[in-house]
Amino acid sequence: MLKHIFFYLCVKPIILIGLGLNVRNYERFPKKGPAIIVANHNSHLDTLVLMTLAPQKLLRKVRPVAAYDYFCSNPVFSWLSKNFLGIIPIKRTRSTKDEDLLQPCYDAIEKQQILILYPEGTRGKPEQMAEFKSGIARLAQKYPQMPICPVYMHGLGKTLPKGSFIPVPFFCDVFIGEALKWNGEKQSFVDSLRKSIEDLQKQGHFPEWE
Amino acid sequence: MNLSKIPQNILWMMGGIFALLIVANLITFLLKKLRPQKDYNELQMRIRSWWVMASVFALAMTLDKSISLWFMAFVSFLAFKEFLSIIPTRRVDRRVIFWAYMAIPIQTCWIMMGWYDMFIIFIPVYMFLWLAAQMVLIGDTSGFLKAVGTLQWGLMITAFTIGHMAYMLVFPNDFNPNAGGGGLVLYLVILTQLNDVSQFIWGKSFGRNKVIPKVSPNKTWEGFLGGVATTIALAWLLAPFLTFFSVRESIIAGAIIALAGFLGDLTMSAIKRDLGIKDTSQLVPGHGGILDRLDSLTYTAPLFFHFTSFVLPNF
Repeated sequence: MLKHIFFYLCVKPIILIGLGLNVRNYERFPKKGPAIIVANHNSHLDTLVLMTLAPQKLLRKVRPVAAYDYFCSNPVFSWLSKNFLGIIPIKRTRSTKDEDLLQPCYDAIEKQQILILYPEGTRGKPEQMAEFKSGIARLAQKYPQMPICPVYMHGLGKTLPKGSFIPVPFFCDVFIGEALKWNGEKQSFVDSLRKSIEDLQKQGHFPEWE
Repeated sequence: MNLSKIPQNILWMMGGIFALLIVANLITFLLKKLRPQKDYNELQMRIRSWWVMASVFALAMTLDKSISLWFMAFVSFLAFKEFLSIIPTRRVDRRVIFWAYMAIPIQTCWIMMGWYDMFIIFIPVYMFLWLAAQMVLIGDTSGFLKAVGTLQWGLMITAFTIGHMAYMLVFPNDFNPNAGGGGLVLYLVILTQLNDVSQFIWGKSFGRNKVIPKVSPNKTWEGFLGGVATTIALAWLLAPFLTFFSVRESIIAGAIIALAGFLGDLTMSAIKRDLGIKDTSQLVPGHGGILDRLDSLTYTAPLFFHFTSFVLPNF
């Protein structure tokens, strides 16, 4: 409920009017869970834009996977991100040897939810794609039938890059790719995912930003 | 909305715009019947967007003066954002770009106050110097000239030129008893857009000799001259309803709008060609971006404004 109020009264108007979205192949956006949306990560706004794209009925089901140590560092921020965004907090280091850090993701997938995951692991340098981590491959392996939807976003790293607090409006491009499924091998799966996001990137014409 | 406060002529003219759109819809309908093998999707999408734009514009112009002014500011914002999104920018200039955006609400305040002297120099003097100074203070000189030039040009062809349209709304009310400042804006917008359309239609029908094939292969002398003649005729026809112009003044105004509209269109084409893009965005289905639609207005608005202020007594 809080999530819907927050999105419809605050996030959607700001993103659609303040930034403006240019979405390609919206029909490829997952229509039901379980599914994972995999995107490049440049800005805190990435998650808000992807959730803005979700139709009203699905919004409740869309859950961004977020770093526990960052988003749950203080109780107020933690409460806000859990209730307004519905994040799935993931710890980055194991406390016991056999703890599976992805367990909260499995739980969400079992509940037919749609995860948003950034395989770069962090926002990193604006408008540059870092190495992909292997967590996405483990999720795909465990749920081989689940569609994994690659998305390339451009512009948000200019609008609100890591370390900045004042947003400066730029158009945001969102290119949605064909969904992938588990192909049987971890490294080649991560590679093909990365390649499909890079191919989406090549579809666009992006001015220099140096 | 208090319809009785709006000059009658403006309401008639808006009715005329919608009647024209209905005619456009009928023509497409007939064309589809007559030549079913041809694809009219693009044309239909264009006309649908015209409906949306005309409705938004009509609402913004008739609701309230301050709503009209902030509407123009919003259009400037969208146009400037689009411009910034297609040009190369420097990472270090984020703060400068933020300041450049701020020019739009500040400029709108000058317009609301009717402070003409400030309105006319704020962007080309204070803003231009301030933006360059900001970039200097950041201390990165590589690409400085290009960055400052593109940013200033962007502010000039969006906020500054569209601001001229807004300023016409705060002209003293009694100078144009037929239709007030709104009448002039309507006159400018109708003529600019019909000039685009008529140059297009004349060019499609009779176009042979290209004007500047390197910039825009679709611009022909036949289209241009046909457009100029049509726009001058319309300017003369509409002047008694919307303006205080004499016949001679209305013909000059029509010629200015036709010529400036042509140049504005070409300028935006040159910018797009330089950047290697076809449209400035996909905001307006069938038309491209907001800059694709405003291209001619960015030239006609300031030139028509200054022509008006020259012939206006006691400006």
